[in-house]
Amino acid sequence: MIFPALFFYLFAGMCIAAAVMVIAARNPVHSVLFLILAFVNAAALFVLLGAEFLAMILIIVYVGAVLVLFLFVVMMLDVDFAQLRQGFIQYLPIGAFLGAILLIELVLVLVSWTIGPDVQRTIATPIPPIASTVNAEALGHVLYTRYVYFFQAAGVVLLVAMIGAIVLTLRHKPHVKRQNIAEQVARTKATAIDLVKVRPGQGL
Amino acid sequence: MTIGLGHYLTVAAILFTIGIFGIFLNRKNVIIILMSIELILLAVNVNLVAFSAFLGDLVGQIYALLVLTVAAAEAAIGLAILVAYYRNRGSIAVEDINLMKG
Repeated sequence: MIFPALFFYLFAGMCIAAAVMVIAARNPVHSVLFLILAFVNAAALFVLLGAEFLAMILIIVYVGAVLVLFLFVVMMLDVDFAQLRQGFIQYLPIGAFLGAILLIELVLVLVSWTIGPDVQRTIATPIPPIASTVNAEALGHVLYTRYVYFFQAAGVVLLVAMIGAIVLTLRHKPHVKRQNIAEQVARTKATAIDLVKVRPGQGL
Repeated sequence: MTIGLGHYLTVAAILFTIGIFGIFLNRKNVIIILMSIELILLAVNVNLVAFSAFLGDLVGQIYALLVLTVAAAEAAIGLAILVAYYRNRGSIAVEDINLMKG
């Protein structure tokens, strides 16, 4: 079949092209949109690899939450982005040089590397055949039993991140009127009504 | 023509390099640097899932799930710091972030 190869090259090419546009785009809003495109194509690659659950998580959590958060922040901050691109040409040679070195190193690792002969015998949790268990179910069977502490730790990480983000950005403005429920409940007849005796002809 | 493990690892390597390159290229723009870090973490995830699929071991996908969690937390905290910094200083240029430098 030619189709898996065709789709692999389609998604991989789109993913890499979008990633290049993320760092090359003039407008940060376009950068975020290209990052969304890159993540969607990476999710398609995950589907080709048989990891449907992770692909859906990538789309729902990443594209749906994290990148929309990026979009919010980029649009909310009123920054002169043209000024931030000043040193773009200046940093291009050194960046390209270091990037090329890194890519050459990674390619050298890729061509000179083999899977060890006893790897197949030390597999911790083999993937069950797709006919008997779908990917999400198989992942759940492992995640909620053997790796349940890691699952809990991930939850704690998210909780700490949520509290941290709220603490960092919450700000009470001094002139905003707020409801103080304890004060309202503690009101009595004595504190609420102020009786004033008005003398005739004098006013208050 | 079959797509092997090497193809996916190549895609991940290129994504990783683009992420590193982006950090150097956009040295003044914190938002693009954060996006480059997201690209690097995506490359790591592609690696983990590719090894998981081709070795037939499910643990790689669980690890990718944890990496996704940490990446989401990192993005949220980073953007929160950015917003707080912008409120205080009115700028997010990297060279202005030098208050703790001696």
